[in-house]
Amino acid sequence: MKVDRRSFLGLGIGAVAGIAVSPVGAKLTDDFSIWTQNWPWTPVPPDGEISYDRSVCNLCPGTCGITVRKIDGRPVKIEGLDTYPVNDGGVCLHGIAGLQYLYDPSRVKTPLKKVNQRFVPISWDEALAMVTGRLKQLQEDQNPEALACITGSGQGSVPGLFNHFMAAFGSPNCLTMPDLESWLVLTATTLHGPKQTLGFDIDHSDHILSFGAGLIDGWGSPVACIQAVAGRKQREATLVQIEPRLSNTAAGADRWIPINPGTEADLAMGMCGFLLKENLFDPVFAQGFKGGFMRFTAMVQKEYPLDKVAAVTGVSAADIQKTATAFAKAKMPVALPGKGRGEGAQSLKEFAAVHTLNCLTGNINKKGGAFVKPLPDYLSFPDPVLDDVAQKGAAAEPLAASAQALVARIDQSDQSPVEVLFVYNANPCFALNDPSRVAAAFEKIPFKVCVSPFMDETAMASDVILPVSTFLEQMEDVPSRGGLAASVVGLARPMVKPVFDTRSPGDVVIAVAGSLGGGVAQSFPWKNYEDCLKQVAGKIWNPLTRKGHVIVSGRPPAGSVETDFGFLAENPDTLKPAGDQEFTLIPIDNFRVPPTVPAPSPFAIKTVSDRILKGTDMFVEINPQSANHLKDGGFATLTTPAGSVRVRVHFNDGIMPGVIGMVKGLGHTLNNRYVSGKGVNINALISPTIEPGSGMDAAYGIRAGISKA
Amino acid sequence: MSEIENKTEHGSMDGATAGTAEDPKNDTGLGLGVIFFIVAFLICFLSGWLLFPKLLYSKHEQPFNFDHVLHVEETGDCESCHYLRDDGTFSGIPKLASCLDCHTDEPMGETVDEAVFAAEYVAKEKEIPWYVYARQPDCVYFSHAAHTEAAGMDCKTCHGPIDETRTSRPYEENRLTGYSRDIWGKNIWGIKKNPWDSMKMDDCAKCHVQETGHKGYCFQCHK
Repeated sequence: MKVDRRSFLGLGIGAVAGIAVSPVGAKLTDDFSIWTQNWPWTPVPPDGEISYDRSVCNLCPGTCGITVRKIDGRPVKIEGLDTYPVNDGGVCLHGIAGLQYLYDPSRVKTPLKKVNQRFVPISWDEALAMVTGRLKQLQEDQNPEALACITGSGQGSVPGLFNHFMAAFGSPNCLTMPDLESWLVLTATTLHGPKQTLGFDIDHSDHILSFGAGLIDGWGSPVACIQAVAGRKQREATLVQIEPRLSNTAAGADRWIPINPGTEADLAMGMCGFLLKENLFDPVFAQGFKGGFMRFTAMVQKEYPLDKVAAVTGVSAADIQKTATAFAKAKMPVALPGKGRGEGAQSLKEFAAVHTLNCLTGNINKKGGAFVKPLPDYLSFPDPVLDDVAQKGAAAEPLAASAQALVARIDQSDQSPVEVLFVYNANPCFALNDPSRVAAAFEKIPFKVCVSPFMDETAMASDVILPVSTFLEQMEDVPSRGGLAASVVGLARPMVKPVFDTRSPGDVVIAVAGSLGGGVAQSFPWKNYEDCLKQVAGKIWNPLTRKGHVIVSGRPPAGSVETDFGFLAENPDTLKPAGDQEFTLIPIDNFRVPPTVPAPSPFAIKTVSDRILKGTDMFVEINPQSANHLKDGGFATLTTPAGSVRVRVHFNDGIMPGVIGMVKGLGHTLNNRYVSGKGVNINALISPTIEPGSGMDAAYGIRAGISKA
Repeated sequence: MSEIENKTEHGSMDGATAGTAEDPKNDTGLGLGVIFFIVAFLICFLSGWLLFPKLLYSKHEQPFNFDHVLHVEETGDCESCHYLRDDGTFSGIPKLASCLDCHTDEPMGETVDEAVFAAEYVAKEKEIPWYVYARQPDCVYFSHAAHTEAAGMDCKTCHGPIDETRTSRPYEENRLTGYSRDIWGKNIWGIKKNPWDSMKMDDCAKCHVQETGHKGYCFQCHK
């Protein structure tokens, strides 16, 4: 017997045949294909028990109710909360991307101090001791007013705690960033008296006259506004949009009236003059018109005749008449001030003139009109205990009326009048006009403390960063703001334990106050922030914790409203864009790009159109009629009195000739590769102009030149 | 005669003898080939049926034995422990907290398993790392509510008479895919007698065709 080639052939064929009639082939084919789907680098989220928790989003003034879906306690999805009085189940792209902020690359993970222009991690004890040491020094020097504070919003108990701290310490220099709410409070104070704000019942109005308010572009409480605009067709309400550019809001409006940028106040004054002349105002409501109404009437008719207004605004006299008449004759008209989101540089004259239209129709504190509401007073802080030093400081003249004015004040002085600055929930080094000037002013301040969850431009310019939790990691009361008709207070609750070594901002203030001792410590008798909120929220604490929100007022406010025309009767100047170049550069508020804090999430940046941002290139919009030698998509150099940048050109027939539009909120330089280095910060191209009367920056646009690069 | 001549003379004869395969005396190559074929066939055939399944799956014992019969007697039905939540999601295998609704860290019975449960998990507040026989892969979306509530199906239809088991059988894990053996089924050829014998995609589709007339669309389960 000889083993030869054929024997091996038999062996091989036998093996193959044996396997072929066994299940090995079929089973391994199936398993192999599954194996390729389960390679270890394929991300698979851990499985676990599903639960839902409810909270309130605090990313913008929208204050929407949210539900957070969790797997074994780990938040995995944010959705709108049904039946919440602000958003009723709706949610925006920033809200759904809120989870990204938990793990954002620019999160500050531990307290930091600046040593030789670099940040070094330190312990909370050391960080708080550094801050307290500086503050004690101010007290010893009997100079408490050299402490200043800038917060993002003025509402709620956390900004309230900062205010309370400043009051107890003895400094009058507590300022907020200019958001829509601060402009509305200023307008209400100017026209109707102190401690009031405005709300607009857009939901029920049958005629909305919007002076550039981007109702579906992020104005006010965005989700509530989008829902109100969406319901407009059903209730047959008219929307008239007045702005230089065909925004999304203008595109969906019944009428779009293009207007020369920055002349909205003149148009509103012209309309007031026309309505008064034609007797198209409510005589009953006019009984509440006090100081200067007669002077105002005479002034608008003299200074704002329709032909003059038409020449200034670019809106024909016939159009002004038609628009004003339709507004006055509507059953429930409402006029909305606040260009774009209504944030940042706006104009008190414009807000006041537009709101005066509401006053003339008499549709105030009525369904579908404007509400003059008292400021939310659900929080009752105890009176601060002031020692002699604090009393002296508190009596000092405030350094400035706005954050921008404070920057100018510091910029102009050789030695900064501010020695210690707190910044909470604000990014003035990015969001104010001319941020390089803001950074230069910051340089002059000896000690800056940034209380922020993120390493943003302001944090980078600070000496100590106290990292605080995001809205998903802490408890906080969230009052509605930004032009909502109803006043609602929501309770943001911790959805997850802090991801990093962060604390609640309220706890930080209470800890600093406690370690200062004396009157300041006595003014803060609470164990921690939760204890404080429970005490100061008083009777709404129980319903707030039980239901998650409390409707403070849902109906039109009762009582008569008085209107003071003193401010407008003086006919304050309409500020013109600075410079003398051919074009006017205006900021565009795009819903996908939040212009203040926090910076856009990676998700939001991905949704920005490539006609706004392509790679890192920034586009500006220009009407092809005035583009001359420029090419669509080509590179150009944009120059303003404040600076010059390389941009790309996007031809848009929907922007007025002579106007250049640039989206606001891009061009970050913070430590986040998904967001930084993309586009240009338009604020760097606009020099601030402080408006007399308001003390706020009112430079909405600036003259600019553009040439082929 | 020279060697060359010799070779030439007998050349044709040698060639004829060596080259004839038909000579039965010399036909050993084919015979061995057949034997080799049969042996190899049998080895591979039997290995494929008997050894391969044993090699493909690794066996894991559950943390401790679980007596379903006892628990069904005590609680009454499946839903006491495996319930649908208010939002329609399925609770799955109960967490320790659910066990503690009845149990404490004092063993309730005298079995070894009860002692392990009390000492290792209840006392240490540790979740029990059960192996889940019926776990479908992550790429599959499955709603229990749609089947048990909307279609009124019985748990047994897919899970078998698990309520009648007194012991927990070992969990068999596919070494290649990491899936439970219950998904493909115990029968390595994929033959099933009961509806719960296997739960691959085709099994879902087959039932859906029977019950709804359509096997369903990809995205209904693969979201």
